[in-house]
Amino acid sequence: MFENLFVGIANGLRSLLGGLPLEINEAIVMLVKLVAILVFILVNALWLVYMERKVAAFVQARIGPNRVGPKGLLQTTADIGKLICKEIIIHKDTDKLVFMLAPMLVFVPTLMVFAVIPFGKNMAAIDMNIGLLYLLAIGSLSTLIFWMAGWASNNKYSLLGGMRSVAQMVSYELPMVLAILGVIMITGSLKMSDIIAAQEHTWFIFSQPIAFLIFFIASVSECNRAPFDLIEAESELVNGFNTEYSGMAFAMFYLAEYANMLVSCAMVTILFLGGWYAPFGLDFIPSWLWFFIKMYVMMFIIMQLRWTYPRIRVDQLMGFGWKVLVPLSLANIFVTGIGMYIYRAIGW
Amino acid sequence: MSDWAGVFIFFVVALIFGAGGIATSFLIQPRRDTPLKLEPYECGMPTQGSTWIQFKTGYFLYALLFVIFDVETIYLYAWAVKFQSLGLFAFIEMIIFVFILIVGLWYAWKEGALEWQ
Repeated sequence: MFENLFVGIANGLRSLLGGLPLEINEAIVMLVKLVAILVFILVNALWLVYMERKVAAFVQARIGPNRVGPKGLLQTTADIGKLICKEIIIHKDTDKLVFMLAPMLVFVPTLMVFAVIPFGKNMAAIDMNIGLLYLLAIGSLSTLIFWMAGWASNNKYSLLGGMRSVAQMVSYELPMVLAILGVIMITGSLKMSDIIAAQEHTWFIFSQPIAFLIFFIASVSECNRAPFDLIEAESELVNGFNTEYSGMAFAMFYLAEYANMLVSCAMVTILFLGGWYAPFGLDFIPSWLWFFIKMYVMMFIIMQLRWTYPRIRVDQLMGFGWKVLVPLSLANIFVTGIGMYIYRAIGW
Repeated sequence: MSDWAGVFIFFVVALIFGAGGIATSFLIQPRRDTPLKLEPYECGMPTQGSTWIQFKTGYFLYALLFVIFDVETIYLYAWAVKFQSLGLFAFIEMIIFVFILIVGLWYAWKEGALEWQ
């Protein structure tokens, strides 16, 4: 029953709107899916900030937020309320148009990426045949917006943060994109549902372990998370590209950051952890719940990483990306290709 | 409905969400501009010089390298999707293609473009 909960709701809605022309019917269903995804992101961003603070607190043997609401659960809600009411300071030297455009646009690529993520069996809003390519193409647009914010702020810290964000995201996008190639070679499709379907028996984390490691490291870096958070680097750059932003504009950047983390964890789940497939034949738990469980485990690992490891230096970051990850991911393509030929020759 | 119409709906709603959030905030926030508040934040010190200056070329080198490799990945994606049906010939061809780029990467490495100065 729970297995088809969301698919059932969508189908019910479709038949309910059956009287309308097909195009309008589809558009309304798409809007409903969109609103559901939007609510999902917002709720997640709220509780993930809370979770992050709690994880940080427990790692550092503190209690963490515990005043607003039961166990401090409403802390972030209160924070957002405060941020909306706060003044957005636009200081006198900014490039005002670009400065305000950046927080408005920062959420656009992130939300657009969510369109192709399958949260369960048949639960992608749009199951596009070039889904993965679309995700990578749109996902990398956020680099541009970080740079817009950093440049328009006309502040040295922001400029440095923006510069670093471009350099870092560009350098780590490459190994990320190359690591996925191994997966695509095995599946022969860019469609998300096909990629997951190919993992019914073996998850790609077992057949592509190197690709998984490269992809995971690169996606942590793409999210600007510690140990790769040089973009923010509180001790040197105040807060990086969003130093000059206050109030709701700052909240938008924060929201986008956590939404990007969600995308990264969902990507790892889809590409390497078998998406919605249940491990050990535990089929009684619905597919979408499995997807979320895997996603949140990845999320917890990313948070744990942030509070366990120190930040690395810029030269180490760039050196690691270009001299270790890029050659390794190129080698992974060859090994995968040769491996597949051997595999076929043996007829195993 | 085509896939791209759906993507367009996502795009429009995301724009409305972003702009709406900022606009709502502008409606309810106080606005009291004081000369000191409108200074750029540089840890309390008066701003020294212009921010928009010619900047470190190291960043530019990485951008150049990225563009070269990114164009390569476009070819690689098309090839990887059809990898199983194209056969050994296409695989060897792709090895040669990537090898040329690896030579490029090696050259950039040797010339010190990957070192952070």
